[in-house]
Amino acid sequence: MNIDGVKNGIVIDHIKAGKSIQVYNLLGLDKVDACVAIIKNADSSKYGKKDILKIDAKIDLDYDLLGYVDSNITVNFVEDGKMVKKLHMELPETLTNVAKCKNPRCITSVEQEIVQQFKLIDREHKVYRCVYCDAEHKVK
Amino acid sequence: MSEIRNLINITDLTIEEIDQLIEVADDIVANHSAYEDICAHKKLATLFFEPSTRTRLSFEAAMLELGGSVLGFSSASSSSAAKGESVSDTIQTVGCYADIIAMRHPKEGAPIVAAQRTTVPIINGGDGGHFHPTQTLTDLLTIKRKKGRLNNMTVGLCGDLKFGRTVHSLIEAMLRYEGIKFVLISPQELQVPDYVKEKMNAEGAEWVEVESLEDAMPELDILYMTRIQRERFFNEEDYIRLKDSYILDLAKLENAKADLTIMHPLPRVNEISVEVDDDPRACYFFQALCGKHIRMALILFLLGIKREA
Repeated sequence: MNIDGVKNGIVIDHIKAGKSIQVYNLLGLDKVDACVAIIKNADSSKYGKKDILKIDAKIDLDYDLLGYVDSNITVNFVEDGKMVKKLHMELPETLTNVAKCKNPRCITSVEQEIVQQFKLIDREHKVYRCVYCDAEHKVK
Repeated sequence: MSEIRNLINITDLTIEEIDQLIEVADDIVANHSAYEDICAHKKLATLFFEPSTRTRLSFEAAMLELGGSVLGFSSASSSSAAKGESVSDTIQTVGCYADIIAMRHPKEGAPIVAAQRTTVPIINGGDGGHFHPTQTLTDLLTIKRKKGRLNNMTVGLCGDLKFGRTVHSLIEAMLRYEGIKFVLISPQELQVPDYVKEKMNAEGAEWVEVESLEDAMPELDILYMTRIQRERFFNEEDYIRLKDSYILDLAKLENAKADLTIMHPLPRVNEISVEVDDDPRACYFFQALCGKHIRMALILFLLGIKREA
């Protein structure tokens, strides 16, 4: 794959510098049977430095997960070397099995098979609450 | 088939439905014989993973007075939870035996998990320091019977407001009525959790936090006392330091309104002196009686059973 140009695939752009490996792992890109490039500390006019992931394949992405990890991320879809669609990520209204409740009084602390769920309470301050116990979860 | 209704949080009921429950509770008192066999052949399971006197016994008395039967356990140690069985598995099993389940569990959110695992109605009889909606129904019935209204009053809540699940549910319920002012009386360490404050702010409620019960007393229409709950503390030293923060006695009531209603979800330890029991403003044992009536109404509601006209 030419690092500069994805022919038919996806470019995950504006990842906070240093977070690309986390995004790579969370999206399970190690299991993707296609060329994937991780670009770290690229220059960014907006943020100074940024990371980029380039995937030379059309794969399904978990936008909620991306929005949770970094709501500044943009996802660019490329066809025949041209960008055909651009999506801006945002914090999802709900989180499912992305974060774990840290309240030791929560039922999820003792019954491991329970689906971890949070709902967004305050978008500006990036605050979620556990749907089971209302414990706060702040996105760092 | 109609949708299964649960009562996990008091907001699962609309205020119209709460009004309806209060009406049925009053009708049960007025026409008791009409309800004697109304739940014949129906079974209530009371699954109490945490100790209880009033909640469990009032649920059981309620079902028996409706002509139904009860099964269940009164502590985790007398169920397979002691062997490590999960809430999910317990509920899936009991759901095969009972028509309706009332449960109490020390972990917050346990009734939500239960409701996901069965098709019989789940009633939250208290989940840790989180919510206790049937106590709130009890409290609302008590207030309605004593005050004749559920709006336009100043409600003082005193004691452990952090872990006090009855407090959290009562605030959520009364937020929906007009003209309610909350006076939250507690040590700083035991103030209401942020999620309760967020809800009060979102609803534009009038509320203040204070530490002095004596200063707050003159403006109160309702005084809701709570116990400092030893079982909610991870640190015994914190409990010992805070346990005697508030003790209501007759001297403290000198500046109270003549028609103050003194409530307590019980059990009490020492936060209400026994000398207050004879004061006509003390309503906590009347509250316990109301608990049976409203739970009878709730069982009927969740089972979709109505008295024949």
